[in-house]
Amino acid sequence: MAMKVMVSVPATARKGDAVEIKAMAMHPMENGLRRDNDGKVIPRFILRKFECRYNGELVVDCDWHTAISANPYLSFFVKAVDSGKIEFAWTDDNGAVERHTATIAVT
Amino acid sequence: MRRVLALLLLLALPALAADRPPRSGLDYATPGVRAMQADDFANPGMLWVQEGLALWDRPGGMGGTSCASCHGRIEGFAGIAYPRRDPRDPDKLMNLETRIEKCRLDNMGAPPYGYESRELVALTAAVRHQARGRPVAVVEDADAIAAGEKEFRQRRGALDLACAQCHEANAGKKLRDETISEGQTNGFPAYRLRWQGVGSLHRRFQVCNQAVAAEPYPLGSQEYIALEWYLAKRGAGLLVETPAVRQ
Repeated sequence: MAMKVMVSVPATARKGDAVEIKAMAMHPMENGLRRDNDGKVIPRFILRKFECRYNGELVVDCDWHTAISANPYLSFFVKAVDSGKIEFAWTDDNGAVERHTATIAVT
Repeated sequence: MRRVLALLLLLALPALAADRPPRSGLDYATPGVRAMQADDFANPGMLWVQEGLALWDRPGGMGGTSCASCHGRIEGFAGIAYPRRDPRDPDKLMNLETRIEKCRLDNMGAPPYGYESRELVALTAAVRHQARGRPVAVVEDADAIAAGEKEFRQRRGALDLACAQCHEANAGKKLRDETISEGQTNGFPAYRLRWQGVGSLHRRFQVCNQAVAAEPYPLGSQEYIALEWYLAKRGAGLLVETPAVRQ
């Protein structure tokens, strides 16, 4: 299932500024503890890893577990050092990876 | 005499309530929910809108048609007003959801998505989102609106409560931990925290019916569409908020 993701990265920033980055993914985050109407356990299906790289350097690295909400939303700050690419990657329990890339121009 | 006066006063109360300008459910929401809705990158409903925008262009019909092949850009739908009557069968009421399903079946030759499917919810959210910030558009139809108002004032369920008793007479008061809203519909399809997803107005109606221990009507039923019509009229002046965030 191709996931929908949304990220917010400022298009431009001044060198040295802390810029806010927001990232959200559409995902049910089924925690594997619930049962369906027949009493069968609904298998766990969550995003278990989130990574953000700034020009290749890992700036945020998360291991997610069952307590993370559906449609997980993350906001964090990075220091604007250089123009370039900010890459996001979400990995689910099946190993499928959803990627998104944004660009930032630092002056 | 005093009893008669009190009775007259009671009878006058709903009329007074109707004179107040309508207030969106946003006004009754907690600050956290309001902040979520205000920021498009924190509002999870925008994920459904994004998906709906993609579906608009996705070929699915016979001959590879999509919504866009006939209707062009989705932005052109900012001014549409639903519910309305089926032009070919004026006794039948249609809302945006059932209209899209019919269009897929009749004009595109594509299978309908199913009323509460993720696709249909996303597509309706994307279409309604085009009108965000504009006043809710209502088609004037006295009969349909009267039928909807009848549903709104009909006591139902084991608790024997009508919509109006909570959402008109007691709006703004507390029901356990939650503030009762006026039951306005300008934010739908809306992201509901409890659903962890975006849902249609009729799904919300069903939840309300179940809460008073009444058998809900089916999604997309004529009764719910009439109610949807009346509620749109009742909330005249409110701005479309789709996708709203609600508790």
